[in-house]
Amino acid sequence: MFARGLKRKCAEDEEAAPAYSLQRQSLLDMSLVKLQLCHMLVEPNLCRSVLIANTVRQIQEEMTQDGSWCVPVPQTAGRASRDRLVSTEILCRSAREGARPAPDPGDPASELQVVPAAQAPGVPPGGVWDGDGPRENRGSFHKSLDQIFETLESQSPGAVEELFSDVDGSYYDLDAVLTGMVGGAKSGQDGLEAFASTAAPPPSAGCKSDLGELDHVVEILVET
Amino acid sequence: MIPGIGAFTWDTLWCFSQVKGTMETGTTEADIISTVEFNHTGELLATGDKGGRVVIFQREQESKNQVHRRGEYNVYSTFQSHEPEFDYLKSLEIEEKINKIRWLPQQNAAYFLLSTNDKTVKLWKVSERDKRPEGYNLKDEEGRLRDPATITTLRVPVLRPMDLMVEATPRRVFANAHTYHINSISVNSDYETYMSADDLRINLWNFEITNQSFNIVDIKPANMEELTEVITAAEFHPHHCNTFVYSSSKGTIRLCDMRASALCDRHTKFFEEPEDPSNRSFFSEIISSISDVKFSHSGRYIMTRDYLTVKVWDLNMENRPIETYQVHDYLRSKLCSLYENDCIFDKFECVWNGSDSVIMTGSYNNFFRMFDRNTKRDVTLEASRENSKPRAILKPRKVCVGGKRRKDEISVDSLDFSKKILHTAWHPSENIIAVAATNNLYIFQDKVN
Repeated sequence: MFARGLKRKCAEDEEAAPAYSLQRQSLLDMSLVKLQLCHMLVEPNLCRSVLIANTVRQIQEEMTQDGSWCVPVPQTAGRASRDRLVSTEILCRSAREGARPAPDPGDPASELQVVPAAQAPGVPPGGVWDGDGPRENRGSFHKSLDQIFETLESQSPGAVEELFSDVDGSYYDLDAVLTGMVGGAKSGQDGLEAFASTAAPPPSAGCKSDLGELDHVVEILVET
Repeated sequence: MIPGIGAFTWDTLWCFSQVKGTMETGTTEADIISTVEFNHTGELLATGDKGGRVVIFQREQESKNQVHRRGEYNVYSTFQSHEPEFDYLKSLEIEEKINKIRWLPQQNAAYFLLSTNDKTVKLWKVSERDKRPEGYNLKDEEGRLRDPATITTLRVPVLRPMDLMVEATPRRVFANAHTYHINSISVNSDYETYMSADDLRINLWNFEITNQSFNIVDIKPANMEELTEVITAAEFHPHHCNTFVYSSSKGTIRLCDMRASALCDRHTKFFEEPEDPSNRSFFSEIISSISDVKFSHSGRYIMTRDYLTVKVWDLNMENRPIETYQVHDYLRSKLCSLYENDCIFDKFECVWNGSDSVIMTGSYNNFFRMFDRNTKRDVTLEASRENSKPRAILKPRKVCVGGKRRKDEISVDSLDFSKKILHTAWHPSENIIAVAATNNLYIFQDKVN
């Protein structure tokens, strides 16, 4: 696609600057699409998502420093766009969660309909409970793509932030539910975790029963 | 060159030995090999695939009649290790793909290995049965029950020889301990414990206990919005049962001592190379992400693989690696395309040879690379059906970067990025290597004169 990997160009290189900006913008667009596409996957690769999100942050930071990133006029207190350029919440959000769009009351800057806001910790999100059908999921995916493309045109950082800041922390708190740890906070205790086996599907029928050598001999002798 | 010692010199010639797998071009995805591992003696070679199957090959005894042909690997056991599952809580499928296999050292007649998919680790026992009990009292030879009234004498069943049967049984299932995808398992040198690592946590298990594990590393931030780094690989020290390392997506390695505290979030050593400012780009972080980390057999060094290089680190020096080898630096100018087609996220593994003098890793176009740490020489070889005549010597390959392409060279733009060698294994003491090329397993040996 490009002859070279994108590198920072000299500030004096006036002619190359627009080309560099175009390349950088193109990379940003590609990255955002990649992040969104992870909603379609079975369970997205967290490492890949984190790396892409970090790349998007880098680009946005550079664009902000260059001044090519417009700052929206109304700023909600405590939500500086520099600090939370891209929320990682988009990571691993499955398509079904996009099926329940709800406007985020806290963000006046967004023109887009924001996908689900945070739920109370411990409450598992999901189509399992809501009974969302696959049709709805597909529709929401198209909507999310539209949101992305709208965002790319408007280039307002607040909008991008809103696209990705649907805080669904409860998704990650699922492991808190499973592990019995509180709120994802690191436990300073011995870390011993006991796991209930209820969620585990039964082993496949092909597995043999667990017999020790002695059991095997006894089995022969009692002719079971 | 002394055969059997495993010393690698520049004069070592690698020959094709065997290839396992179908030759058809239309591959089912389930057959794609996802992990390869020799056991501690090299007698057994295990592969895991995307379909959740494990295939174990056993080296045949070397025959005195055919000195020129070293022992070949033949199928010893095949079993379905993991099945696809559905996580009802998250409404997500759990892939059955085998991410890693690790052998336990042999302690009796049976073989034990750990195999894992994204969520569940299983301990498998592979044992031979060559005798069968005969002479039951209550049942006849076909297994039908006999009328008790007709039984007038008792006898003790005896074991009689039968055709060798190899059975694999799951002895332990270690489940429900990982929210994120397991990327590594490592058996501890105490042979009583092992660890499993996912993107954000590492758990320590006792082989005998399946319903509990100790969490020893947890890098999950309290606020997931702050997540910028994940665990990519982890391994125990080969001799010190209290020491392990784990690598991250930011190109760092942390060495931890379990004696220091129960939760090893504070590392004992931190290995990171300072960034080269002249090479900085938007892809710098992605290509610095470590895809594999391996202790040397001696335990003095660790080797890491990132997208373009293999690095060797001395445990006593944290600020930079002692050796850096370029695997395919010609890709540096193609990073944007490789980002677009996701190849930049490919996770290549790396391996040491038995004497820690040579390291090997895979590349694209079914190429794999070996680096001799002593002579500083390297070679590029190819795993392909065209080079698959018995004992055919592998010809070194070369990628042409620019300018005039010589006759046998291949240009960077002609490389096939769908043919990637992610998984390789090196026999613990001999010059025998196993190379997984998609759905085929190639075994190469050095030339015996």
